[in-house]
Amino acid sequence: MIDFGGWEMPVQYSGILDEHQAVRQRVGLFDVSHMGEIEVTGRQALELVNFVTTNDASRLVDGQAQYSALLYRHGGFVDDILVHRVHQQHYFLCVNASNQEKDFAHIVASTCTDGVSRFDAHVRFASPDYVQIAVQGPRALEVVQGLCERDLAGIRYYHFLDDTVAGISARIARTGYTGEDGLELYVAPSDGPPLWRLLLETGKRFGILPCGLGARNTLRLEAAMALYGHEIDATILPPEAGLSWIVKPGKGDFVGRDPVVAIQQAGVSRKLCGFEMLGRGIGRDGYSVLVDGQAAGWVTSGGPSPTLGKNIGLCYLPVDAAGEGQPIQVLVRNQPVDAVVVKTPFYKREK
Amino acid sequence: MYPTNYRYTKDHEWVAAEGSNGTIGITDHAQQELGDIVYVDLPQVGSTVTKGDTFGSVESVKAVSDLYSPVSGEVSAINAALASAPEKLNADPHGEAWLIKVKLSDAGEIQDLLSADEYQKYLEG
Repeated sequence: MIDFGGWEMPVQYSGILDEHQAVRQRVGLFDVSHMGEIEVTGRQALELVNFVTTNDASRLVDGQAQYSALLYRHGGFVDDILVHRVHQQHYFLCVNASNQEKDFAHIVASTCTDGVSRFDAHVRFASPDYVQIAVQGPRALEVVQGLCERDLAGIRYYHFLDDTVAGISARIARTGYTGEDGLELYVAPSDGPPLWRLLLETGKRFGILPCGLGARNTLRLEAAMALYGHEIDATILPPEAGLSWIVKPGKGDFVGRDPVVAIQQAGVSRKLCGFEMLGRGIGRDGYSVLVDGQAAGWVTSGGPSPTLGKNIGLCYLPVDAAGEGQPIQVLVRNQPVDAVVVKTPFYKREK
Repeated sequence: MYPTNYRYTKDHEWVAAEGSNGTIGITDHAQQELGDIVYVDLPQVGSTVTKGDTFGSVESVKAVSDLYSPVSGEVSAINAALASAPEKLNADPHGEAWLIKVKLSDAGEIQDLLSADEYQKYLEG
């Protein structure tokens, strides 16, 4: 067990590799209750959400979610988040565990003048009201369907509905952080343990495994999904991280808009890239990356890819050295080890 | 669980000594903490290792860890099978997956190390 933002969490239950394969081939169960929730309600809920996030929440319909970001005024990431539209005057934000207090304070501070909100909307720190269980993998829907009357296959990707699972009120979202199909279930804290046990029980015949933070990381890395504190942080702007697609400057003003538009027009100088190790070694977080023998960037995440049987990673490189096929070296414990820039995601599921 | 004829370190290595020959490995606790092991880096035969100094590393899916030698001496053999099958360290860390054999330069060094009982107590904290 490790301490993760004040939560005691297992890195692994049975083993990272087994858990990883369970999610890719069958189904895995994740206790992700550490994730934070913030709710925005009221007449101008949409206006407020659109002012503090980068994506365009006005494009959402009831029961739809989108990947988005909170930025500082200088354009760096406060956090990457999911915005769910419950209804026109109610938005539900799922944010990173270690950022939740900061996110809440940032949203409030960005929307208030002299302590008074400029929007007719209420922002509520809702993390204590929810735990989250993720069911991920090709058999995930079947597992939850066994406990649910509503047809879950009818929930499209990045949509959700509020219903019951085994009689437990749940927000059932077709989202995830593994690169597989699956659901994320938000329930009241007291319903978490019984729901967890029921899902494990129901999932038995599908080969379900409980999965820890280790597998969560190898799975999201193969899918090349960003992790705050690694690929993105206050010093990184969305276009550098390949996340221009969640920035919609056309929607009107929002916090961080101008610097992001400026860097998009000028062009970024560094870019997040995927790499594959060619020599023996693993390029891990924080290791230096060399181009032509010169320090040129750094690894943001790296590790073995159980699905590909290779050592992969993500790193920042100058744009002129960020092309696919670019030979690079990763400084692994002071030894330069050959690697090459490759296309991301490393893994994409067949649909 | 922990063979009584081995000696242990607080860095979770073990050494089995016979006369002036020692065999070194990592403990079952170490392999459990590391999780799935994917690389083992060992010194070359003929090189020397010093008690308390690093002599190689093991890398698991989640992290890389240094190996600290429990004794001093000259490396007389390495377990080459681990290069292609590092997962053996998870399966049999006290047996088949030994790491290196050392010609001990001071057999007395063994005496400072923990017995199986002491190591077990150390783990229980």
